[in-house]
Amino acid sequence: MVTLTLKDQPNVPLEAEMLSPDVLVALSNDEIRALPVLLGKRRRRVDDFFSVEGAQSDDLEIRGDVAKVKWIGRGMTRGRITIAGNAGMHLGAHMTGGAIDVSGNASDWLGAEMSGGTIRVRGNAGGQVGAAYRGSQTGMTDGTILIDGTAGLEVGMRMKRGIIAVGGKVRDFAGLQMKGGTIVMREGAELRTGAWMMRGTIISLTPIPLLPTFSYASMYNPTFMRLYARHLATLGFAIPYEDRDGAYQRYAGDACVPGKGEILVWKPSASSDSSR
Amino acid sequence: MLRITGGKVYDPANGIDGVVKDICVSDGRVVTDTHAEGGRTIDARGLIVFPGGVDAHTHVAGAALNFARGLTPENMRRGHPFVHSRELRAGLGGVTPTTFATGYMYAGMGWTTVNEAAVPILSARHTHEELHDTPILDKSCLVLMANNEIVLDLLEAGEIERATHVVAWLIWAAKAYGVKAVNPGGVAAWKWGKDAKILSAPIEGYKTLTPATIIAGLAKIVDELRLPHPVHLHCNNLGIPGNVSTTLETLRILDGHRAHLAHLQFHAYGGDDWGSLRSEAAALAEYFNAHPNLTTDAGAMLFGETVTITADGPLEYMLHQLSGRKWGNVDVENETGCGIVPHAYKPNKLVNAVQWAVGLELLLLINDPWRVFLTTDHPNGACFWRYPEIIRLLMDVEFRKEQIKLLPEKAQKRIVLADVDRQYTLSEIAIISSAGPARALGLSQKGHLGVGADADIALYEERPESGILFEFPRYVIKGGDVVVEDGAVRNVRNGRQFVVRPAFDHQIEDYLRPLFQKVYTMSFDNYPVEVERLHQPDIKPCG
Repeated sequence: MVTLTLKDQPNVPLEAEMLSPDVLVALSNDEIRALPVLLGKRRRRVDDFFSVEGAQSDDLEIRGDVAKVKWIGRGMTRGRITIAGNAGMHLGAHMTGGAIDVSGNASDWLGAEMSGGTIRVRGNAGGQVGAAYRGSQTGMTDGTILIDGTAGLEVGMRMKRGIIAVGGKVRDFAGLQMKGGTIVMREGAELRTGAWMMRGTIISLTPIPLLPTFSYASMYNPTFMRLYARHLATLGFAIPYEDRDGAYQRYAGDACVPGKGEILVWKPSASSDSSR
Repeated sequence: MLRITGGKVYDPANGIDGVVKDICVSDGRVVTDTHAEGGRTIDARGLIVFPGGVDAHTHVAGAALNFARGLTPENMRRGHPFVHSRELRAGLGGVTPTTFATGYMYAGMGWTTVNEAAVPILSARHTHEELHDTPILDKSCLVLMANNEIVLDLLEAGEIERATHVVAWLIWAAKAYGVKAVNPGGVAAWKWGKDAKILSAPIEGYKTLTPATIIAGLAKIVDELRLPHPVHLHCNNLGIPGNVSTTLETLRILDGHRAHLAHLQFHAYGGDDWGSLRSEAAALAEYFNAHPNLTTDAGAMLFGETVTITADGPLEYMLHQLSGRKWGNVDVENETGCGIVPHAYKPNKLVNAVQWAVGLELLLLINDPWRVFLTTDHPNGACFWRYPEIIRLLMDVEFRKEQIKLLPEKAQKRIVLADVDRQYTLSEIAIISSAGPARALGLSQKGHLGVGADADIALYEERPESGILFEFPRYVIKGGDVVVEDGAVRNVRNGRQFVVRPAFDHQIEDYLRPLFQKVYTMSFDNYPVEVERLHQPDIKPCG
């Protein structure tokens, strides 16, 4: 495992897309120290900010509050990044494989346009999780993003495949222009969830305000939910699916696009006390 | 003094076809060989020597293009970055390159003069500023006139003489080089949510005015003003199945007046709907071959992702509805409009496959290379930096036929390209890419290498390693300066701007001023671009 420890907090955001297992696996520690990073428009070396230890590996550990370090794990295809602290913007953007684990909070554009791999954030995340960059037609096209805490605006904007699961509350415009994939929100979301969604599934375990362009369809427990629940359970994220516990209210929309997406809102049965 | 020795020179305007001869340059112009010593000598053995490319129809500056840049950040992200250095300014390539990058990329391909083909007078000032920031190239621009409400009202009233003065005044106000007509009447109708699809039918918002009146009127006015470049026509019904009948009718309305038909590829379709679309390039080429008053540019299309930009507002709305891609629309007060839609041309789509063939068919079936020019209507059909791909398709019939075989079988039945065996010679390439457009634009010092010509010269490997000619010039010389050498752009200077000053009666301002105060958001005195605003104006005479 290679360990990078932040020794000097950058005064402006540091762009460090080379902090990815694909790049570091081929380098000795001295070569890693000499890698260029951009501090604003100025070119600096990795060891201006980080001390580098450990043996050559595709398992990377970053220690310290790197909330100002952007683009960590950009486009990574393999290996593992563990961040002991907070992470900066664009973490795991465009990644196609491997795993990222953040013990603290992550910022905006977490896993933006990713197409594979797993990201787990123990704290909160910012906005545009798994989203499409401005102008792009599609956001994340596969992979998994798990957030234990809250998430910001436009979560899963234009996503096409994959799963985003959020333990805390999500802000406005979750699943904006969504084209497919699944967003699970344990604590629900604020306004305009699923606006302009074409396809895909948004699951909320808490009642949420719905747009008038979503119409109530039915109440049921979809067969796929059992499968999803089992898969998410292996990742430590439980969702209910048993008839005895309750059922999902299905809302179809967004009718103003017009779209064929769905929002499933969990309604625990009166007798049940296990709404979560 | 700069001497280019030992190169094989292709200078069709002067009847030189692959002759090894020296070219001498002094003070930015080609001069007679004085055998003077001193100065730099470029050893051009193994290289072919071409006059610098001239693009007769492109979109490289102005409000519409800038809107497209802003509307498609995803394209800008994919663009090749130009990093700031001592010689170069920073910029981005891609489908709508930034201003500085545009200059570097055109020059990096051996093109040294461009004609920006669609400028609303209202944004002429902005356009000139952008053109100034497009280095190396010499530039000209055409103003949009076929939907200008003041001009249209005069044409409806039959006041041709006053319209002539107004057009002349507007050209000079915009510091432009010529007149562009986009979808005559159609953009004016678009302001009522309509289009002008029938040339003989009154335009929405007018009682008697028809597209035919506008076309005939502007062609007559431009000839009357003796502008160096004829009316530059973007016909009605662009891109619509069966539009060849509209195009042919337009050509008949011209009635012997000079005209340049822009991006003809988009106007040469048969069929009744998208499913039955077919190529009518052969019919159009036949009419064209028989009428020497006309020139055209191909507006060829290549497969790939691009963004469409045109003043033809209703067309862009249709494209947006067909593709579902994002759409931008601009209303330019009383003058014109503009639409932007990103678009992907795909070889497996019947319509796109036919379009691809039509562009090449026109280039191959129009017999006289002096009247058909190499363009892609950048960025509408493809980006200008893909010209070498088209040249390869024109010069290599075997390669072309292999590419045709990759098209859907259904599409192969709708085109005639497979039956065409013509191959362009190097001399003909020099005509369609430089000598021809220079002549059509009336730029006598461009497009050739005779004594007195501007020393705009491109030197290419005769047998490049990649096998693709014209992709990377070994040297490019612009105005006597070596601007591209060893694959790098250097010695960057700003080019000139060609402007015409047609004669008009100054009392026309008494007519225009009150109209302006009534209908424009801008005051009359702020409207014209001051000549001092242009950085290196080169004012061409009319007549």
